[in-house]
Amino acid sequence: MSNMSDSNGGSAATTNMVPIKDAVIRIAGNSQDGIQTVGELLARFSGRSAQEVMSYMTIPATISGGPSIYQVRIGSGEVLTVGDEVDVLVAFYQHSYDKHLGVLRKGGVLIYDTDHVEPNLDDKRFTYVGVPMTALTIEAIGGKGHDKGKNMFLLGLLARMFDLDTLKLEAMLKAWGAKREAGTMEATFNAFRAGYGFDIGRMGQNFRFIPNERRSGRPLVVMAGNQAMAYGLIAAGVRFGAAYPITPSSQIMEILRTELPKYGGIFLQAEDEIAAVCAAIGASYGGRVAVTSTSGPGLALKTEGIGWAVMAEIPLVVIDVQRGGPSTGLPTKMEQSDLNIAIFGGHGDCPRIVLAPTDVEDAFYSSIEAVDLARKYSCPVIILSDQAIGFRVEAFEEPELDKIVREMPIDFTPRGAEFKPYEDTPDGIPHHPAPGTPIANHNYPILTGLEHNEAGHPGEDPRFHTMMTAKRRRKLQKLAETLPTPKVLGPAHGDTLLVSWGSAYGPSREAAEKSTADGQPLSVLCIRYLNPLPPGLDEIFNRFKRILVVENNDSGLYGYGQLAALLRSRYCNPRIGSINKTDGLSFKVSEILEAVRAQTR
Amino acid sequence: MSDTTINPASSAAVVAAPAQPGQSTPYKKVDLRSDRPTWCPGCGDYTVLDTYFRLCERRQIPREKIVTVSGIGCSSRFPYFVQAHGVHFIHGRAVAFASGLSLSRPDLHVVVFSGDGDAYSIGGNHLEHAARKNIHMTLVVMDNMVYGLTKKQTSPTSPMGFKSKTDPTGSIDIPTNPMQKLLAAGATFVARTSHSNPQHMLQVMERAMDHRGFSVIECLSECVEFHPGAFDAANPRKGGQFTIIEEKKNDGTPEDEKRHDPSDEAAAYKLASLPFPGVFGVFYDVKEPAKNDREQQLIDNARAATGGAAPLACLQKTFARLK
Repeated sequence: MSNMSDSNGGSAATTNMVPIKDAVIRIAGNSQDGIQTVGELLARFSGRSAQEVMSYMTIPATISGGPSIYQVRIGSGEVLTVGDEVDVLVAFYQHSYDKHLGVLRKGGVLIYDTDHVEPNLDDKRFTYVGVPMTALTIEAIGGKGHDKGKNMFLLGLLARMFDLDTLKLEAMLKAWGAKREAGTMEATFNAFRAGYGFDIGRMGQNFRFIPNERRSGRPLVVMAGNQAMAYGLIAAGVRFGAAYPITPSSQIMEILRTELPKYGGIFLQAEDEIAAVCAAIGASYGGRVAVTSTSGPGLALKTEGIGWAVMAEIPLVVIDVQRGGPSTGLPTKMEQSDLNIAIFGGHGDCPRIVLAPTDVEDAFYSSIEAVDLARKYSCPVIILSDQAIGFRVEAFEEPELDKIVREMPIDFTPRGAEFKPYEDTPDGIPHHPAPGTPIANHNYPILTGLEHNEAGHPGEDPRFHTMMTAKRRRKLQKLAETLPTPKVLGPAHGDTLLVSWGSAYGPSREAAEKSTADGQPLSVLCIRYLNPLPPGLDEIFNRFKRILVVENNDSGLYGYGQLAALLRSRYCNPRIGSINKTDGLSFKVSEILEAVRAQTR
Repeated sequence: MSDTTINPASSAAVVAAPAQPGQSTPYKKVDLRSDRPTWCPGCGDYTVLDTYFRLCERRQIPREKIVTVSGIGCSSRFPYFVQAHGVHFIHGRAVAFASGLSLSRPDLHVVVFSGDGDAYSIGGNHLEHAARKNIHMTLVVMDNMVYGLTKKQTSPTSPMGFKSKTDPTGSIDIPTNPMQKLLAAGATFVARTSHSNPQHMLQVMERAMDHRGFSVIECLSECVEFHPGAFDAANPRKGGQFTIIEEKKNDGTPEDEKRHDPSDEAAAYKLASLPFPGVFGVFYDVKEPAKNDREQQLIDNARAATGGAAPLACLQKTFARLK
């Protein structure tokens, strides 16, 4: 973003485009202004123009109204975070200006609606572009005197400022408005063209993105993390899901409810979180891995069901789009504080697989991997996404669907008379026959939450419990042996290693790269498999003086975040420290660098 | 249960039928016996188990297609005693489990055995919604009006004044009326029977199995250990009265006017409001599409809209829109 010229009004000719690599644009207004629509259109358009993109939005937890923002970062290189500071701030209202001016970088551009905002023009740090957006929108749309459509006016204005291909953009708008009324679409285009036609004159500059050197020729797809997850599940062959509405994961269930019937599948909106997990387990028992999606409070309710799936050794995928907790907490904010409940939640010794995607693209592949792991190891897999990944829109290379999309056949292989559903094999992995499978001697398995012997019969003999507890644990130890050791980015040895997981990884990586580029080597490592942990971490940790775990949760009673505490107990390594944050927002790169400086001082 | 078969072409995406290694020879009820039941001698649940065996034998339901599901409680030991696929699930959630199983595997016969605590207390919410959605399954609630497995605590159906370990001076809470509850929930088949009349239980179970959608049987099943004599008033052998509902025959006779019309919800509710021991038989029986059928309709419509596209083509189309 520092590529954007710092000069103030150096060249005012609109034909004179300043080449840029990267821009961060924040649109601040109220939630009913259609800000999200503009942001998403910009993001999708950027992806279509082969630009990397990442977006971030806040929505008020109230039902309607209230301040809202949409931030989009468009880049010609790899975009890892949505940006600490913004290059362009759009303020629809005075409160938008007051609240968000602080994130506008020195030399940045403020676009404001002169009908609602009175900026302090004496503050010479910024370039001011005042546009009577409300009045011009009403004028363009004509008649009724309300300003619905100023989001489209703004889109036109930004299209002009960033020299976006208006023909392409208008085609996209048309597709977007395909299901809307003709009158609405006419107003949309009128507002858009009025915005595009507005000449900012000497107030500011226009920019042009330098072309992206794409890694491969594959086109980009643009979607939010929740979408990516839903489509990943479909690609993996999931044909049954059940959930209960909960922010910020409801979008997953909405997509599955709409999409699954096309694939011959069913999505059940259950009466509660408990019913959702139990119905998913029932469907999984039916022979195909099923899914339930939720957020923290729902995961708490599902733990007993998950415990049954662990005990009966039934595959299951549970998605937790984390939000701030405990209790109702911060429903619309991000946090990574469900790691403990994901790994340890529930009573008894209850091993399950936990993995966490780092971005939207990874969310797509993680949900496929989760299905495969659940099938292979016949146990629950919890995917820890979070509000930031779930809501933000990113562009990523279109997956090679022809190589990925699969069916999930049901195992109806007839079993012999010797069949034992819980045979104590070396790898401990059971192969349950789906109901409908003929069994010789009609020795049908009963799957149970009671401790059982190899035949699946409950018994009081304590030896069974020891044997079966070890069997359920052993499966995950077998899995751990197959997991890849995570790669260290940056120097392989050194002073400080940042360790991160989930959506904290993007800013951690950008921080490490920035610090290294600035002459202070900083390495970074991402742990995707959180339970079981991959092999080789201790050896990596031994190569650094200090290991700092970056995660969006509290430093806890003893000074360590949830993953940091887990790693300390796992590796008995006192050099593992913690960088934490609990303000409901993703880490800024600068926050991580400051924390590293503070801890290495 | 011929009306439960679904169009094999349209359901192919939901479930591929297993290869049948030769039609199994007819089986007898004795073949269905598995573990020796662990219920107390004299427990009413034995009658329910034996009746279930008789039903399966009469119907010759393919054994691998029967799935017996239960939650927690004395009643819920049921699946262990049946030689068929079975699931012993967690407390109160058997109906939720069965919902997922029934919807994803319409080829199976899903029968849930539950108790008063499991179905009406901890699992009350699931019962209500499975009933309203008319998810295809049969639920038998073995009501003994006490928590037996945990050794005598008050249950939601325990009568007022019932002395238990949690109400040593007698229960002070108004009990649930199961029949009213089931009717109000919107179940499409609601019947009542008792362990003391196995023949009646078999008839009711057969009709429940023939019902498309959610069928539920409230079945009095005496706990001889912790609530003995609870159902004497409904047992002629103990001096009580087992009154069977006379259903309309539509024969045009004047007597028929007085008979019960099982499609009349208000009439069913009146029967449900009778004081204990009340009446036995089918209270309510109406035809409504099961959720399974409505979901299949959604699938058929969606598949038609995509021209029956394969999963790969479907997803490619979606991703093309996201470019």
